[in-house]
Amino acid sequence: MSQALVLVAHGSHLNPDSSTPTYEHADTIRDTGAFDEVATGFWKEEPSLREVLRTVESDEVYVVPLFISEGYFTEQVIPRELRLDEWDVADWDSDGISADVATYTAEDTGQTVHYCGPVGTHRTMTDVIVRRAETVTDDPAVGEGFGVAVVGHGTERNENSAKAIQYHADRVRDTGRFSEVRDLYMDEDPEVDDVTDFFEVTDVVVVPLFVADGYHTKEDIPEDMGLTDDYRTGYDVPETVDGHQIWYAGAVGTEPLLADVALERAADAGADVGSAVADVREATQVAAGDAGGDHAPASEGRADDGRAGTEADD
Amino acid sequence: MDDRQFDALVAAASDAAVPDDRPGVDFDGLRVDQTDDGFAFETPETTATGLSRGELRDRADDSPYVRNWFFWEWTVRSHDSPRRAFCRRAEGAPIVADAADDADGSDGDADAGDADAGDTDGSDADSDTESHSVPERDAALREGMVTEWGQLRIEATLAADGTRRYEVRHVDEADADPATLTDHDDPLDAREIAERDARDRYRPLKTAPTLAGGWRFPDLDWQGLARTVETFYPATVANWYREQTGELDVDHWRDTVGRQSGIYGVVKTWDRGEGYDHVNWVAEACCDDSQCVKRREWQYDDETDLDVDGGDGAFPCREPCSVVVAAARKWTRLESEQPETYEFELTPSEKEQLEATLDAVADGRVDEIREADVKDDANRYRARFLRAKLFDDDGNLGGVPTDQPEG
Ligand code: SF4
Repeated sequence: MSQALVLVAHGSHLNPDSSTPTYEHADTIRDTGAFDEVATGFWKEEPSLREVLRTVESDEVYVVPLFISEGYFTEQVIPRELRLDEWDVADWDSDGISADVATYTAEDTGQTVHYCGPVGTHRTMTDVIVRRAETVTDDPAVGEGFGVAVVGHGTERNENSAKAIQYHADRVRDTGRFSEVRDLYMDEDPEVDDVTDFFEVTDVVVVPLFVADGYHTKEDIPEDMGLTDDYRTGYDVPETVDGHQIWYAGAVGTEPLLADVALERAADAGADVGSAVADVREATQVAAGDAGGDHAPASEGRADDGRAGTEADD
Repeated sequence: MDDRQFDALVAAASDAAVPDDRPGVDFDGLRVDQTDDGFAFETPETTATGLSRGELRDRADDSPYVRNWFFWEWTVRSHDSPRRAFCRRAEGAPIVADAADDADGSDGDADAGDADAGDTDGSDADSDTESHSVPERDAALREGMVTEWGQLRIEATLAADGTRRYEVRHVDEADADPATLTDHDDPLDAREIAERDARDRYRPLKTAPTLAGGWRFPDLDWQGLARTVETFYPATVANWYREQTGELDVDHWRDTVGRQSGIYGVVKTWDRGEGYDHVNWVAEACCDDSQCVKRREWQYDDETDLDVDGGDGAFPCREPCSVVVAAARKWTRLESEQPETYEFELTPSEKEQLEATLDAVADGRVDEIREADVKDDANRYRARFLRAKLFDDDGNLGGVPTDQPEG
């Protein structure tokens, strides 16, 4: 019985960076050989969510949404577009961050589709946040003397979005590895604008819980935190703000280890992934000396829908 | 043919070690059977029975039918798959007949006739690719058989061992010196090639006719071909195959708009029960062959065809895409406005100049207009002159404000 992994993501009509992490994670997983086929599908790019199941021939398909939280996309758009006609959000039996898997026969192709919860709420996403801190500081042992801010949208559009941020901030704190850990938001208190007010330690790693870089992570957040007056001119990593050193990590979804979370989702749903999880974990480790330094200016143009990781209603 | 291939033929003829559920050799006009008095070998041109193994080898050696069988039935197999059908298309081999042949593959007697018939009326199988007999295909493959798929030019050739190799390049570079093209062998490289147009602008619609050139996949096997094509044009092979087999599901405008939610839900309100002119305009704006290489099969609804031609693309578009839906959202808002009467004066040439400028933008011709070509109505100096003359300081044409005072 052949098995396929399908990563589904938002994508963008304006910003090519939106789909880049999705492709990269798909490539990482493809290289493990754990699946007969690995495919990607998008809301705004091709193949569309509507047609992505047709691009794989396997009978068992594990669909993993590269989204941060449960909400409009994971509960309405994706199941509808994949034509999981039997879909009922109750089948996930989720408290807002505990969706695991629900299995259906796709109306379109007759395949058995294991529809998994989003990567953003999986427990191993915490490890990706920590790995992101290692990457941006270029220090595999970063922790003592450093603070971590996990940044999300806030509840304005989706209360589950804030739940996911809190969940991971708590888990990072529980590791006891960092001196201080906070959850911060773009559109509510505690606000990311005031990031330096919330930390006593000098060095703070700021990790936005977004799947891809776009308007929010490249323009809004850097400007809000005072890293730069104009995102087009770029900023340093770390950048000094109010006597703090801000290590701005950019979207967590660009961290190679995210591929592992997708694998974990599929494994939880019953896929046979062999040693792929451990393999990816090892292959994506931070080797000292490959990060930090200047942060290139954000790409030109303002992304309409680059907020790929959010539950924005588009 | 080499020993391995001959062994495969004998094994298949004797029903031993057949790699899938198709017993015997009965394909595209070739039949080989092992009976009590030796082997039987049959093609549309010859029939021989009672052959020894050595005699069979003499017949099989250099037989285009055997080469053909070995490639399709021993190497490719994958019956009923879109990828197999796509590679059949690349050499003008019957597609639907191939599939039908496969469906009743256990009934050996009926098959030869089916496959044979497929060769002669293969034009039904794929209207844009002419079908040829096995020897014709074999001869043509030595020279290279060329088909097109959107802006891809695909050339199939016969490898030394009788299997196929495929070259993919941009249609506009058919005659380009390979030394001027960058060679690729990983199908996924197509992702990066397709990301930006020749002027480095992002291509949100993969089937826009703006694929950049300068590259070549010189030597793909059949799976590599299918994967490369599906990377350039995702899901097009799957949808084309459904169309070939009569199973394409088309979602018309009304269906697609009707299921939108969130910020796109508003598009439903654009259909006001006052006809479908607005959808004609959408199709003309976005789906014309000059804008998209898919052939639009969706209509207003399943009873109402649009008045605009769907185009000549090789592969179908089965529903309005996300680019069209996003544009329709904008038009829904714009088209809810009521017309106003504005009054300002233009000379006849100025009116024509405005029309020509709109045309130049709509046809993507702006970059072609030479700087000093002031005879061209859409020339930049001409546009700047008109703006200097007709706009007031607030950018109002003819000095007439957009929002007019009441009454
Ligand atoms: S809806 Fe129109 S523009 Fe979009 S893919 Fe189909 S034919 Fe092309």
